[in-house]
Amino acid sequence: MISKRIIPCLDVRDGKLTKGIKFKGNVDIGDPVEAAREYYEQGADEIVFYDITASSDGRDIMIDVVDRVAKTIFIPFSVGGGIRNLEDMRRVIMAGAEKVSVNSTAVTNPEIITQGAQAFGSQCIVLGMDVKKVEISAVIPSGYEIVIHGGRKFTGIDALWWAREAEKLGAGEICLNSIDADGTQEGYELNLTAMISQNVHIPVIASGGAGLPEHLAEVLTTGKADAALIASMVHYRTYTISQIKQYLQDREIKTRMLW
Amino acid sequence: MIAIIDYKAGNLTSVARALQNIGQDFIITDDTKKLDAASHVIFPGVGAAGEAMANLQQKKLDDWLKQCFLEGKPLMGICLGTQIILEYSEENQTRCIGLVAGSTKRFPDNLSTSGQNLKIPHMGWNSVEFQRQHPVFQDIPASAEFYFVHSYYPAPSRESVVLGVTDYGIEFCSVLAVKNLVAMQFHPEKSGNPGLQILRNFCAWRGNDI
Repeated sequence: MISKRIIPCLDVRDGKLTKGIKFKGNVDIGDPVEAAREYYEQGADEIVFYDITASSDGRDIMIDVVDRVAKTIFIPFSVGGGIRNLEDMRRVIMAGAEKVSVNSTAVTNPEIITQGAQAFGSQCIVLGMDVKKVEISAVIPSGYEIVIHGGRKFTGIDALWWAREAEKLGAGEICLNSIDADGTQEGYELNLTAMISQNVHIPVIASGGAGLPEHLAEVLTTGKADAALIASMVHYRTYTISQIKQYLQDREIKTRMLW
Repeated sequence: MIAIIDYKAGNLTSVARALQNIGQDFIITDDTKKLDAASHVIFPGVGAAGEAMANLQQKKLDDWLKQCFLEGKPLMGICLGTQIILEYSEENQTRCIGLVAGSTKRFPDNLSTSGQNLKIPHMGWNSVEFQRQHPVFQDIPASAEFYFVHSYYPAPSRESVVLGVTDYGIEFCSVLAVKNLVAMQFHPEKSGNPGLQILRNFCAWRGNDI
Protein backbone atom coordinates (compact mmCIF):
# COMPACT_ATOMS: atom_id res chain seq x y z
CA MET A 1 0.00 0.00 0.00
CA ILE A 2 1.05 3.57 -0.64
CA SER A 3 3.29 5.25 1.94
CA LYS A 4 2.64 8.61 3.53
CA ARG A 5 5.17 11.12 2.21
CA ILE A 6 7.46 13.28 4.36
CA ILE A 7 8.52 16.41 2.50
CA PRO A 8 11.05 18.97 3.74
CA CYS A 9 10.51 22.52 2.48
CA LEU A 10 13.46 24.75 1.62
CA ASP A 11 13.12 28.53 1.21
CA VAL A 12 15.53 29.96 -1.34
CA ARG A 13 16.42 33.57 -2.06
CA ASP A 14 18.89 34.52 -4.80
CA GLY A 15 20.10 30.94 -4.96
CA LYS A 16 20.80 30.63 -1.21
CA LEU A 17 18.82 29.13 1.62
CA THR A 18 17.15 31.91 3.59
CA LYS A 19 17.97 30.20 6.86
CA GLY A 20 21.11 28.20 7.20
CA ILE A 21 20.49 24.53 7.72
CA LYS A 22 22.40 22.61 10.33
CA PHE A 23 24.42 20.06 8.46
CA LYS A 24 26.46 17.08 9.56
CA GLY A 25 28.64 18.07 12.50
CA ASN A 26 26.42 21.10 13.13
CA VAL A 27 27.93 23.15 10.32
CA ASP A 28 25.61 25.78 8.93
CA ILE A 29 25.11 25.54 5.21
CA GLY A 30 23.37 27.89 2.86
CA ASP A 31 23.51 25.91 -0.36
CA PRO A 32 20.10 24.51 -1.37
CA VAL A 33 21.71 21.78 -3.47
CA GLU A 34 23.69 20.45 -0.49
CA ALA A 35 20.61 20.68 1.73
CA ALA A 36 18.61 18.71 -0.85
CA ARG A 37 21.32 16.07 -0.97
CA GLU A 38 21.33 15.79 2.83
CA TYR A 39 17.56 15.26 2.97
CA TYR A 40 17.61 12.87 0.02
CA GLU A 41 20.15 10.76 1.86
CA GLN A 42 18.10 10.91 5.08
CA GLY A 43 15.08 9.52 3.25
CA ALA A 44 12.97 12.51 2.21
CA ASP A 45 10.25 11.31 -0.16
CA GLU A 46 10.12 14.54 -2.06
CA ILE A 47 11.46 18.08 -1.62
CA VAL A 48 9.68 21.40 -1.97
CA PHE A 49 11.63 24.51 -2.94
CA TYR A 50 10.02 27.83 -2.32
CA ASP A 51 11.72 30.64 -4.21
CA ILE A 52 11.28 34.03 -2.55
CA THR A 53 13.59 35.84 -4.93
CA ALA A 54 12.26 39.18 -6.03
CA SER A 55 14.54 40.16 -8.91
CA SER A 56 14.54 38.65 -12.38
CA ASP A 57 18.30 37.99 -12.23
CA GLY A 58 17.58 35.91 -9.16
CA ARG A 59 15.14 33.84 -11.21
CA ASP A 60 17.93 32.70 -13.50
CA ILE A 61 19.95 31.72 -10.46
CA MET A 62 16.98 29.61 -9.29
CA ILE A 63 16.85 27.80 -12.64
CA ASP A 64 20.51 26.95 -12.15
CA VAL A 65 19.75 25.66 -8.64
CA VAL A 66 16.93 23.48 -10.04
CA ASP A 67 19.27 22.08 -12.67
CA ARG A 68 21.93 21.20 -10.10
CA VAL A 69 19.39 19.67 -7.72
CA ALA A 70 18.05 17.50 -10.56
CA LYS A 71 21.54 16.11 -11.15
CA THR A 72 22.02 15.39 -7.45
CA ILE A 73 18.83 13.80 -6.12
CA PHE A 74 16.68 11.11 -7.71
CA ILE A 75 13.35 11.72 -6.06
CA PRO A 76 10.64 14.15 -7.16
CA PHE A 77 10.86 17.79 -6.20
CA SER A 78 8.70 20.83 -6.77
CA VAL A 79 9.37 24.52 -7.13
CA GLY A 80 6.99 27.26 -6.06
CA GLY A 81 7.15 31.00 -5.66
CA GLY A 82 7.30 33.44 -8.52
CA ILE A 83 5.58 31.16 -11.05
CA ARG A 84 3.50 33.68 -13.00
CA ASN A 85 2.87 32.10 -16.37
CA LEU A 86 3.31 29.08 -18.58
CA GLU A 87 6.82 30.11 -19.56
CA ASP A 88 7.92 30.24 -15.90
CA MET A 89 6.50 26.72 -15.46
CA ARG A 90 8.23 25.44 -18.56
CA ARG A 91 11.65 26.74 -17.46
CA VAL A 92 11.41 25.12 -14.04
CA ILE A 93 10.17 21.80 -15.44
CA MET A 94 12.75 21.70 -18.23
CA ALA A 95 15.46 22.39 -15.63
CA GLY A 96 14.40 19.17 -13.92
CA ALA A 97 11.63 19.87 -11.39
CA GLU A 98 8.86 17.29 -11.29
CA LYS A 99 6.18 19.73 -10.25
CA VAL A 100 5.51 23.44 -10.02
CA SER A 101 3.27 25.06 -7.46
CA VAL A 102 1.14 28.12 -7.96
CA ASN A 103 -0.45 30.06 -5.12
CA SER A 104 -1.35 33.77 -5.40
CA THR A 105 -1.10 33.66 -9.19
CA ALA A 106 -3.75 30.94 -9.35
CA VAL A 107 -6.14 33.05 -7.25
CA THR A 108 -5.84 36.06 -9.53
CA ASN A 109 -5.61 33.98 -12.71
CA PRO A 110 -7.17 30.51 -12.20
CA GLU A 111 -6.71 29.78 -15.90
CA ILE A 112 -3.02 29.13 -15.23
CA ILE A 113 -3.93 25.84 -13.52
CA THR A 114 -5.73 24.60 -16.63
CA GLN A 115 -3.03 25.85 -18.97
CA GLY A 116 -0.32 24.19 -16.90
CA ALA A 117 -2.24 20.92 -16.67
CA GLN A 118 -2.80 20.86 -20.42
CA ALA A 119 0.81 21.63 -21.20
CA PHE A 120 2.56 19.40 -18.66
CA GLY A 121 -0.13 17.11 -17.18
CA SER A 122 -2.09 17.54 -13.96
CA GLN A 123 0.53 15.64 -11.99
CA CYS A 124 2.91 18.57 -12.52
CA ILE A 125 0.59 21.23 -11.14
CA VAL A 126 0.38 21.74 -7.39
CA LEU A 127 -2.02 24.31 -5.99
CA GLY A 128 -0.53 26.04 -2.97
CA MET A 129 -3.23 27.38 -0.64
CA ASP A 130 -2.61 29.76 2.26
CA VAL A 131 -5.58 29.59 4.57
CA LYS A 132 -6.77 31.48 7.64
CA LYS A 133 -9.56 30.57 10.02
CA VAL A 134 -12.42 33.11 10.00
CA GLU A 135 -16.03 33.42 11.17
CA ILE A 136 -18.40 31.18 9.22
CA SER A 137 -20.44 33.38 6.89
CA ALA A 138 -22.48 33.20 3.71
CA VAL A 139 -19.35 34.07 1.73
CA ILE A 140 -17.03 31.76 3.68
CA PRO A 141 -19.26 28.79 4.62
CA SER A 142 -16.34 26.52 5.58
CA GLY A 143 -14.95 29.08 8.04
CA TYR A 144 -11.60 29.07 6.27
CA GLU A 145 -10.58 31.85 3.89
CA ILE A 146 -7.91 31.98 1.21
CA VAL A 147 -5.27 34.63 1.84
CA ILE A 148 -2.55 35.69 -0.56
CA HIS A 149 0.72 37.64 -0.57
CA GLY A 150 2.13 35.70 2.33
CA GLY A 151 -1.06 35.86 4.37
CA ARG A 152 -1.45 39.64 4.27
CA LYS A 153 -4.37 39.92 1.88
CA PHE A 154 -7.80 38.36 2.44
CA THR A 155 -9.49 37.35 -0.80
CA GLY A 156 -13.09 36.64 0.20
CA ILE A 157 -12.66 33.13 -1.27
CA ASP A 158 -13.77 30.08 0.66
CA ALA A 159 -10.94 27.56 1.08
CA LEU A 160 -13.09 24.47 0.55
CA TRP A 161 -14.70 25.94 -2.56
CA TRP A 162 -11.27 26.88 -3.94
CA ALA A 163 -9.80 23.41 -3.33
CA ARG A 164 -12.66 21.77 -5.24
CA GLU A 165 -12.51 24.38 -7.98
CA ALA A 166 -8.74 23.91 -8.41
CA GLU A 167 -9.27 20.16 -8.77
CA LYS A 168 -11.83 20.82 -11.52
CA LEU A 169 -9.44 23.22 -13.21
CA GLY A 170 -6.80 20.50 -13.36
CA ALA A 171 -4.59 20.73 -10.26
CA GLY A 172 -2.98 17.36 -9.50
CA GLU A 173 -2.24 17.98 -5.84
CA ILE A 174 -2.87 20.54 -3.11
CA CYS A 175 -0.31 21.90 -0.69
CA LEU A 176 -2.44 23.24 2.13
CA ASN A 177 -0.79 25.74 4.43
CA SER A 178 -2.46 27.01 7.57
CA ILE A 179 -1.30 30.58 8.21
CA ASP A 180 -2.56 30.27 11.80
CA ALA A 181 -0.43 27.19 12.51
CA ASP A 182 2.56 28.20 10.41
CA GLY A 183 5.67 28.87 12.49
CA THR A 184 4.04 27.88 15.80
CA GLN A 185 5.56 24.37 15.85
CA GLU A 186 2.45 23.41 17.85
CA GLY A 187 0.92 21.05 15.33
CA TYR A 188 -0.90 21.14 12.02
CA GLU A 189 -4.44 22.52 11.62
CA LEU A 190 -6.14 19.14 11.76
CA ASN A 191 -9.74 20.24 11.14
CA LEU A 192 -8.84 22.22 8.08
CA THR A 193 -6.65 19.45 6.66
CA ALA A 194 -9.23 16.72 7.17
CA MET A 195 -12.01 18.87 5.71
CA ILE A 196 -10.09 19.66 2.53
CA SER A 197 -8.58 16.20 2.10
CA GLN A 198 -11.92 14.43 2.44
CA ASN A 199 -13.60 16.70 -0.06
CA VAL A 200 -11.18 16.46 -2.98
CA HIS A 201 -10.02 13.46 -4.98
CA ILE A 202 -6.40 14.60 -5.37
CA PRO A 203 -3.62 14.23 -2.79
CA VAL A 204 -3.26 16.84 -0.05
CA ILE A 205 0.05 17.83 1.54
CA ALA A 206 -0.43 19.34 5.00
CA SER A 207 1.73 22.35 5.81
CA GLY A 208 2.28 24.64 8.76
CA GLY A 209 2.81 23.87 12.43
CA ALA A 210 5.06 20.80 12.48
CA GLY A 211 7.30 20.72 15.57
CA LEU A 212 7.19 17.16 16.84
CA PRO A 213 6.93 13.73 15.19
CA GLU A 214 3.53 13.29 16.85
CA HIS A 215 2.24 16.27 14.89
CA LEU A 216 2.95 14.34 11.71
CA ALA A 217 1.30 11.24 13.13
CA GLU A 218 -1.84 13.28 13.89
CA VAL A 219 -2.11 14.98 10.52
CA LEU A 220 -1.50 11.76 8.59
CA THR A 221 -4.26 9.93 10.51
CA THR A 222 -6.86 12.29 12.04
CA GLY A 223 -5.99 15.00 9.52
CA LYS A 224 -6.34 12.57 6.57
CA ALA A 225 -3.34 14.13 4.83
CA ASP A 226 -1.50 12.19 2.15
CA ALA A 227 1.81 13.88 2.90
CA ALA A 228 3.30 16.22 5.48
CA LEU A 229 5.53 19.21 4.88
CA ILE A 230 8.23 19.91 7.48
CA ALA A 231 10.76 22.70 7.90
CA SER A 232 12.32 23.94 11.17
CA MET A 233 12.13 20.61 12.98
CA VAL A 234 14.61 19.14 10.51
CA HIS A 235 16.47 22.30 9.47
CA TYR A 236 17.72 22.84 13.01
CA ARG A 237 18.49 19.14 13.33
CA THR A 238 16.08 18.69 16.21
CA TYR A 239 15.03 15.55 14.31
CA THR A 240 16.29 13.71 11.27
CA ILE A 241 13.86 12.49 8.66
CA SER A 242 14.77 8.91 9.52
CA GLN A 243 13.87 9.50 13.18
CA ILE A 244 10.49 10.92 12.18
CA LYS A 245 9.83 8.01 9.86
CA GLN A 246 10.78 5.50 12.53
CA TYR A 247 8.36 7.19 14.94
CA LEU A 248 5.56 6.94 12.36
CA GLN A 249 6.41 3.36 11.44
CA ASP A 250 6.27 2.37 15.13
CA ARG A 251 2.71 3.74 15.17
CA GLU A 252 1.74 1.72 12.10
CA ILE A 253 1.73 4.70 9.79
CA LYS A 254 3.35 3.37 6.65
CA THR A 255 6.28 5.39 5.37
CA ARG A 256 9.04 4.51 2.96
CA MET A 257 12.03 3.19 4.84
CA LEU A 258 15.37 3.78 3.20
CA TRP A 259 16.98 1.01 1.29
CA MET B 1 24.97 3.17 -26.17
CA ILE B 2 21.57 3.60 -24.54
CA ALA B 3 18.92 5.47 -26.54
CA ILE B 4 16.01 7.33 -24.98
CA ILE B 5 13.15 7.63 -27.45
CA ASP B 6 12.15 11.25 -27.95
CA TYR B 7 8.51 11.56 -28.93
CA LYS B 8 7.62 14.80 -27.18
CA ALA B 9 5.91 13.01 -24.30
CA GLY B 10 6.83 14.99 -21.25
CA ASN B 11 10.24 15.65 -19.84
CA LEU B 12 12.82 13.05 -20.85
CA THR B 13 15.66 14.81 -19.09
CA SER B 14 15.08 13.16 -15.71
CA VAL B 15 15.82 9.76 -17.23
CA ALA B 16 18.89 11.26 -18.89
CA ARG B 17 20.12 12.72 -15.59
CA ALA B 18 19.72 9.38 -13.85
CA LEU B 19 21.77 7.66 -16.60
CA GLN B 20 24.38 10.38 -16.23
CA ASN B 21 24.54 9.68 -12.51
CA ILE B 22 25.23 5.97 -13.06
CA GLY B 23 27.91 6.84 -15.61
CA GLN B 24 26.04 5.55 -18.64
CA ASP B 25 26.37 7.14 -22.08
CA PHE B 26 23.10 7.83 -23.84
CA ILE B 27 21.42 9.71 -26.66
CA ILE B 28 17.95 11.21 -26.78
CA THR B 29 16.60 10.79 -30.28
CA ASP B 30 13.64 10.21 -32.57
CA ASP B 31 15.88 9.17 -35.47
CA THR B 32 15.26 5.48 -36.23
CA LYS B 33 18.77 5.05 -37.67
CA LYS B 34 20.30 6.19 -34.39
CA LEU B 35 17.83 4.01 -32.50
CA ASP B 36 18.87 1.04 -34.68
CA ALA B 37 22.46 1.62 -33.65
CA ALA B 38 21.70 1.67 -29.91
CA SER B 39 22.32 -1.38 -27.75
CA HIS B 40 19.43 -0.66 -25.36
CA VAL B 41 16.31 1.44 -25.73
CA ILE B 42 14.34 3.29 -23.05
CA PHE B 43 10.79 4.27 -23.87
CA PRO B 44 9.68 6.81 -21.23
CA GLY B 45 6.65 9.05 -21.22
CA VAL B 46 4.54 11.42 -19.19
CA GLY B 47 1.26 12.74 -20.48
CA ALA B 48 -1.83 11.39 -22.18
CA ALA B 49 -2.11 8.25 -24.30
CA GLY B 50 -3.92 9.88 -27.23
CA GLU B 51 -1.36 12.54 -27.91
CA ALA B 52 1.55 10.19 -27.25
CA MET B 53 0.28 7.68 -29.83
CA ALA B 54 -0.33 10.44 -32.37
CA ASN B 55 3.26 11.67 -31.95
CA LEU B 56 4.68 8.15 -32.22
CA GLN B 57 2.67 7.36 -35.35
CA GLN B 58 3.66 10.60 -36.98
CA LYS B 59 7.32 9.65 -36.57
CA LYS B 60 6.62 5.97 -37.36
CA LEU B 61 8.14 5.11 -34.02
CA ASP B 62 5.30 2.70 -33.23
CA ASP B 63 6.40 0.49 -36.13
CA TRP B 64 10.01 0.87 -35.08
CA LEU B 65 9.18 -0.31 -31.55
CA LYS B 66 7.42 -3.42 -32.90
CA GLN B 67 10.48 -4.24 -34.95
CA CYS B 68 12.81 -3.57 -32.03
CA PHE B 69 10.81 -5.94 -29.84
CA LEU B 70 11.01 -8.69 -32.48
CA GLU B 71 14.74 -8.24 -32.95
CA GLY B 72 15.43 -8.90 -29.28
CA LYS B 73 17.06 -5.61 -28.31
CA PRO B 74 16.66 -4.82 -24.58
CA LEU B 75 13.71 -2.45 -24.28
CA MET B 76 12.44 -0.65 -21.16
CA GLY B 77 9.05 1.03 -20.85
CA ILE B 78 8.45 3.63 -18.13
CA CYS B 79 5.05 4.96 -16.96
CA LEU B 80 3.09 6.07 -20.07
CA GLY B 81 5.67 4.20 -22.15
CA THR B 82 4.54 1.05 -20.35
CA GLN B 83 0.83 1.76 -20.74
CA ILE B 84 0.94 2.27 -24.49
CA ILE B 85 2.87 -0.90 -25.32
CA LEU B 86 -0.41 -2.69 -24.60
CA GLU B 87 -3.12 -2.89 -27.28
CA TYR B 88 -5.52 -0.28 -26.03
CA SER B 89 -5.84 2.49 -23.43
CA GLU B 90 -9.02 3.73 -21.85
CA GLU B 91 -7.34 7.14 -21.74
CA ASN B 92 -8.70 9.04 -24.77
CA GLN B 93 -9.97 5.61 -26.02
CA THR B 94 -6.66 5.07 -27.74
CA ARG B 95 -5.54 2.17 -29.88
CA CYS B 96 -1.94 1.57 -28.79
CA ILE B 97 1.18 -0.22 -30.04
CA GLY B 98 0.22 -3.74 -28.97
CA LEU B 99 3.57 -5.33 -28.16
CA VAL B 100 1.77 -7.08 -25.31
CA ALA B 101 -1.86 -8.28 -25.25
CA GLY B 102 -4.10 -6.33 -22.89
CA SER B 103 -5.23 -2.82 -22.14
CA THR B 104 -4.62 0.15 -19.88
CA LYS B 105 -7.49 0.93 -17.51
CA ARG B 106 -8.48 3.81 -15.29
CA PHE B 107 -8.47 3.31 -11.53
CA PRO B 108 -12.09 3.01 -10.41
CA ASP B 109 -13.48 5.95 -8.42
CA ASN B 110 -14.01 5.47 -4.70
CA LEU B 111 -11.05 3.23 -4.08
CA SER B 112 -10.43 2.73 -0.41
CA THR B 113 -8.28 0.84 2.05
CA SER B 114 -9.10 0.14 5.69
CA GLY B 115 -11.75 2.85 5.69
CA GLN B 116 -9.63 5.59 4.13
CA ASN B 117 -10.50 6.84 0.65
CA LEU B 118 -7.67 6.63 -1.84
CA LYS B 119 -6.85 9.53 -4.11
CA ILE B 120 -6.43 9.51 -7.88
CA PRO B 121 -3.74 9.93 -9.18
CA HIS B 122 -1.93 7.21 -7.30
CA MET B 123 0.90 9.56 -6.36
CA GLY B 124 3.75 8.59 -4.08
CA TRP B 125 5.86 5.65 -2.96
CA ASN B 126 4.59 2.10 -3.08
CA SER B 127 6.08 -1.36 -3.06
CA VAL B 128 6.11 -4.04 -5.74
CA GLU B 129 5.56 -7.71 -5.05
CA PHE B 130 7.69 -9.58 -7.56
CA GLN B 131 6.23 -12.84 -8.85
CA ARG B 132 9.54 -14.28 -9.96
CA GLN B 133 13.17 -13.29 -10.40
CA HIS B 134 14.38 -11.21 -13.30
CA PRO B 135 17.87 -9.91 -14.17
CA VAL B 136 16.71 -6.28 -14.33
CA PHE B 137 15.33 -6.48 -10.79
CA GLN B 138 18.12 -8.40 -9.12
CA ASP B 139 19.58 -6.93 -5.93
CA ILE B 140 16.38 -5.05 -5.24
CA PRO B 141 15.18 -5.83 -1.70
CA ALA B 142 11.54 -6.84 -1.27
CA SER B 143 10.97 -3.83 1.02
CA ALA B 144 12.08 -1.29 -1.63
CA GLU B 145 9.52 1.30 -2.68
CA PHE B 146 9.17 3.15 -5.95
CA TYR B 147 7.71 6.47 -7.02
CA PHE B 148 4.39 6.24 -8.84
CA VAL B 149 2.23 8.93 -10.36
CA HIS B 150 -0.62 7.75 -12.57
CA SER B 151 -4.39 7.48 -12.94
CA TYR B 152 -4.36 4.55 -15.37
CA TYR B 153 -2.71 1.15 -14.92
CA PRO B 154 -1.54 -1.62 -17.23
CA ALA B 155 -3.75 -4.72 -17.37
CA PRO B 156 -2.05 -7.32 -19.56
CA SER B 157 -4.24 -10.26 -20.66
CA ARG B 158 -1.75 -12.98 -19.91
CA GLU B 159 -0.76 -13.67 -16.33
CA SER B 160 2.64 -14.92 -17.49
CA VAL B 161 3.86 -11.42 -18.43
CA VAL B 162 3.09 -9.97 -14.97
CA LEU B 163 6.41 -9.63 -13.16
CA GLY B 164 5.31 -7.43 -10.26
CA VAL B 165 2.07 -6.31 -8.66
CA THR B 166 1.22 -3.33 -6.48
CA ASP B 167 -1.66 -2.75 -4.09
CA TYR B 168 -3.59 0.49 -4.37
CA GLY B 169 -7.08 -0.48 -3.24
CA ILE B 170 -6.93 -2.95 -6.11
CA GLU B 171 -3.95 -5.05 -7.04
CA PHE B 172 -2.54 -4.04 -10.42
CA CYS B 173 0.36 -5.07 -12.64
CA SER B 174 3.12 -2.56 -11.90
CA VAL B 175 5.91 -4.39 -13.72
CA LEU B 176 5.61 -6.57 -16.78
CA ALA B 177 8.32 -8.54 -18.53
CA VAL B 178 8.33 -10.66 -21.63
CA LYS B 179 11.40 -11.69 -23.64
CA ASN B 180 13.58 -8.59 -24.22
CA LEU B 181 10.99 -6.18 -22.81
CA VAL B 182 10.68 -4.90 -19.24
CA ALA B 183 8.12 -2.24 -18.48
CA MET B 184 7.18 -0.56 -15.24
CA GLN B 185 4.47 1.82 -14.15
CA PHE B 186 6.68 3.60 -11.60
CA HIS B 187 9.55 5.96 -12.37
CA PRO B 188 12.94 4.31 -11.72
CA GLU B 189 14.62 7.66 -12.41
CA LYS B 190 12.75 9.20 -9.45
CA SER B 191 12.90 6.20 -7.11
CA GLY B 192 16.19 6.81 -5.33
CA ASN B 193 18.70 3.98 -4.97
CA PRO B 194 16.46 1.06 -5.98
CA GLY B 195 15.47 2.94 -9.13
CA LEU B 196 19.08 3.69 -10.05
CA GLN B 197 19.91 0.01 -9.45
CA ILE B 198 17.16 -1.02 -11.90
CA LEU B 199 18.63 1.30 -14.53
CA ARG B 200 22.12 -0.12 -13.90
CA ASN B 201 20.80 -3.66 -14.21
CA PHE B 202 18.97 -2.80 -17.40
CA CYS B 203 22.08 -1.31 -18.99
CA ALA B 204 23.97 -4.52 -18.25
CA TRP B 205 21.14 -6.77 -19.45
CA ARG B 206 21.35 -8.77 -22.66
CA GLY B 207 17.62 -9.06 -23.16
CA ASN B 208 17.03 -12.59 -21.92
CA ASP B 209 14.29 -13.28 -19.43
CA ILE B 210 16.23 -15.59 -17.10
